[in-house]
Amino acid sequence: MKYLKHVGKYFLMLRQVFKKPQKWSVFREMLFREIEDLGLKSLGIIAFISFFVGGVVAIQTALNVDSPFIPKYLIGFATMRSMILEFAPTFMSVILAGKVGSYISSSIGTMRVTEQIDALEVMGINSLNYLVLPKIIATMFFYPLLISLAMFLGIFGGYVAGTLTNLFSSDDYLYGIRLDFDPYYIQYALIKTVVFAFVIATIPAYHGYYVKGGSLEVGRASTQAVVWTSVVIILLNYFLTQMLLA
Amino acid sequence: MIEVTDLYKEFKGIPVLKGVSTTFEKGVTNMIIGQSGSGKTVFLKCLVGLHVPDSGIICFDGRKQKELDIKEQRLLRQEIGMVFQGGALYDSLTVEENIMFPLKMFADQSFSERMDRVNFVLKRVNLENANKKFPAELSGGMQKRVSIARAIVMNPKYLFCDEPNSGLDPNTATVIDNLIKEITEEYQIITVINSHDMNSVMEIGEKIILLKDGVKEWEGSNKEIFITENEAVVNFVYSSNLFRKVREAYLKETK
Repeated sequence: MKYLKHVGKYFLMLRQVFKKPQKWSVFREMLFREIEDLGLKSLGIIAFISFFVGGVVAIQTALNVDSPFIPKYLIGFATMRSMILEFAPTFMSVILAGKVGSYISSSIGTMRVTEQIDALEVMGINSLNYLVLPKIIATMFFYPLLISLAMFLGIFGGYVAGTLTNLFSSDDYLYGIRLDFDPYYIQYALIKTVVFAFVIATIPAYHGYYVKGGSLEVGRASTQAVVWTSVVIILLNYFLTQMLLA
Repeated sequence: MIEVTDLYKEFKGIPVLKGVSTTFEKGVTNMIIGQSGSGKTVFLKCLVGLHVPDSGIICFDGRKQKELDIKEQRLLRQEIGMVFQGGALYDSLTVEENIMFPLKMFADQSFSERMDRVNFVLKRVNLENANKKFPAELSGGMQKRVSIARAIVMNPKYLFCDEPNSGLDPNTATVIDNLIKEITEEYQIITVINSHDMNSVMEIGEKIILLKDGVKEWEGSNKEIFITENEAVVNFVYSSNLFRKVREAYLKETK
């Protein structure tokens, strides 16, 4: 019953969020600020993790595929598939849920407990629209770019790992990543990313916006936001995979 | 004029305001006093629209708050300035940006016009060299002054202050009190202040309302508060020895 109440409140929140911004110039300014805070500032961690995850996937595959009957180009093939289909969109989204989700939840939560949201409301500003809509647009617009970069860097990480360890040749790897390539996989990954981006922006915003109490509660809300965002991402990943690939 | 009639509000079945009625006049410093939990903050939040009363009428110059649609409510709120207990300044914005924020949202002015207005209100609150500072770099008193500047930048008709002196030293508190009183008289606005600070009440309270357990116990001026025999006022205002002695001396002198 409690969960149903939260789900209902979440959708009521979204109704307030998706209203016309009161001033477009202010909205634009907020949007660019959010692109920087939620997108550009996540570039480093996403690049770092995807590069090394790609490297590890390639090495693990190479070490586990030692039968002479299995061609080496399958290492590149497996790395490309796993990076594009799962690691980049899902794994990176879970990472972003931790990094960005806690930031969104704690920043909005702090605004709530220090009466900054009340100050917006007293001025006659739709605080949900003002605070949350730019975050949704920023993440939905920027994360597909971020995840595309993660795909590229992951595959490149596999190539570098193979070249450095001599576990497979670069020719085999390059042949493998081009083998049976279907552009729909990229489309599938980006559709998932857009959905996850929406979840990453809205669930933490919900937890932050409705926080009651002080700093301890803001911390708790932040943790809950990350947990629930990750859970919803994993669940949606299952349904989206079923819908888009099955 | 703000007219409040029979205001009632409860939370989870527990009544916090039990039929409060009063009026607030233009150019007068109105003060709401009462013990913690007496319903002062809820009363103020009902006035500014942050809480919706369960029953009762709040009327702003003939406009009944309950009957306004969302657009009219937003327009009404643009006529309201509020100074929050903790300042409620936006941490990520500088002093100048904080004050400019309502102008950016609602006024169709050029940047230089907005800047002129910001500098004017900053001068008005005696804070001329803090434009580029962030709230975290300011003292408590300076934060309150920025908060007042932000509240008056849109030329509000109604100014609400929630404990504007909390956490301030006596000198700074007096500066803030005088500033609020001057602004109220200068711009002929309706000011309602929630306060625990008896110095402020005695100093600037032209109309004082005492709330006790959600009920209006007493209403009068800072002159009348010295002579009233109302038990709730005497117990609350003269709970300290110092104030009791001041009152006794005043009564002796006036006899």
